[in-house]
Amino acid sequence: MSDFLINYILHLADTTLILSQRNSEWCGHGPILEQDIAVTNISLDLLGQSRNFYQYAASLIGEEATEDSLAYLRKEREFKNLLLVEQPNGDWGQTILRQYLYSQFQYLLFEKLQQCNDEQLAAIAAKSIKETTYHVRWSSEWVIRLGDGTEESHNRMLKAIDELWRYTGEMFEPAGYETIVDVSLLKNDWLQKVRSIFLEATLPVPEKVFMQSGGKEGKHTEHLGYILTQLQYMQRAYPGATW
Amino acid sequence: MVTAHSIEEKKIWSVLETVTDPEVPVLTVTDLGIIRNVKINAEGIEVIITPTYTGCPAMDMIAMNIRLALVEQGYKKIKITSVLSPAWTTDWMSEEGKRKLKEYGIAPPNPKQQVCNDKLFAEAEAVQCPHCNSHHTHRISEFGSTACKALYQCDDCKEPFDYFKCH
Repeated sequence: MSDFLINYILHLADTTLILSQRNSEWCGHGPILEQDIAVTNISLDLLGQSRNFYQYAASLIGEEATEDSLAYLRKEREFKNLLLVEQPNGDWGQTILRQYLYSQFQYLLFEKLQQCNDEQLAAIAAKSIKETTYHVRWSSEWVIRLGDGTEESHNRMLKAIDELWRYTGEMFEPAGYETIVDVSLLKNDWLQKVRSIFLEATLPVPEKVFMQSGGKEGKHTEHLGYILTQLQYMQRAYPGATW
Repeated sequence: MVTAHSIEEKKIWSVLETVTDPEVPVLTVTDLGIIRNVKINAEGIEVIITPTYTGCPAMDMIAMNIRLALVEQGYKKIKITSVLSPAWTTDWMSEEGKRKLKEYGIAPPNPKQQVCNDKLFAEAEAVQCPHCNSHHTHRISEFGSTACKALYQCDDCKEPFDYFKCH
């Protein structure tokens, strides 16, 4: 049971860490200053959430585990993040869509998680959902703005959907350790929300797409390795370095 | 009843009232409402704090500054515990804190929050300009220089300003 719990917490921690890392790549490159700040603010929120999850996992693992050792010294196959969040930023539209698809899911997940029996997980979820509400609103507005914008922005959103939709199925397929919240029950609510936003954005909701999975079990797309190379470089090159 | 214990506790609170937020230096940690409790027991003293935002990078520094302030006053065994529940809210900010924020040029959180709902394209909340007191202001960005702020501009005096947004 404890192993299940640790793996589940690591799954939550890894997912928020990797999306944070991806969003942080926009730092200094956003389309305009305010949106550069917005996406990096979201990155910071996600990093804070991942730290809370890692700290909790480290306390359960005991021994030498710390939030840093869990983030910096685990290998690709040990990471349990969703495939969706490791996908490249692409253009602004793809980053926005990735954020929206995930934030909409995270909101529904944390709504349930804050009521679970595990006090610490419930506390982290209750704290984080305030931030997630902001993320959902910001990213939904952008999905609508771009989808229902110019021909160029609309076409880019279509391409982003084509790129990312195949990674959304995994969110609702419970891994063996995922026993605290039944994610399969969140699918309908999620789809309904996405449908209403896509409708306003004049974007189609794809049907019959083959869904990729494996991230929760450590089987990743080629991108994760590159992310970790950058993320973990300092600790790998200079073990134990602090400043 | 006034006991040695409660006098000591008061003394600790008065030390905490001197510790300021590194990002918003006019606010003390007690103004912000992030000190949740102070406990004195045989092992020493324990200060219980809660973060404003989960990713707030100032929290580690705030914890260190609290420790330093207490050490300066001769306290030795100090434990600082961070708790997440119940989650911090701007409602815990003191009236004094809100007044100081405005004086500093940051619009304090509105008593009745409108921006924290999930309605899309909601009209920007009417926030009073901290410089000229006009309500003719508009939101430039939902995200500002730190996680806790949004960026506004006054339509009358034209000054841009930070708004300490609801949470």
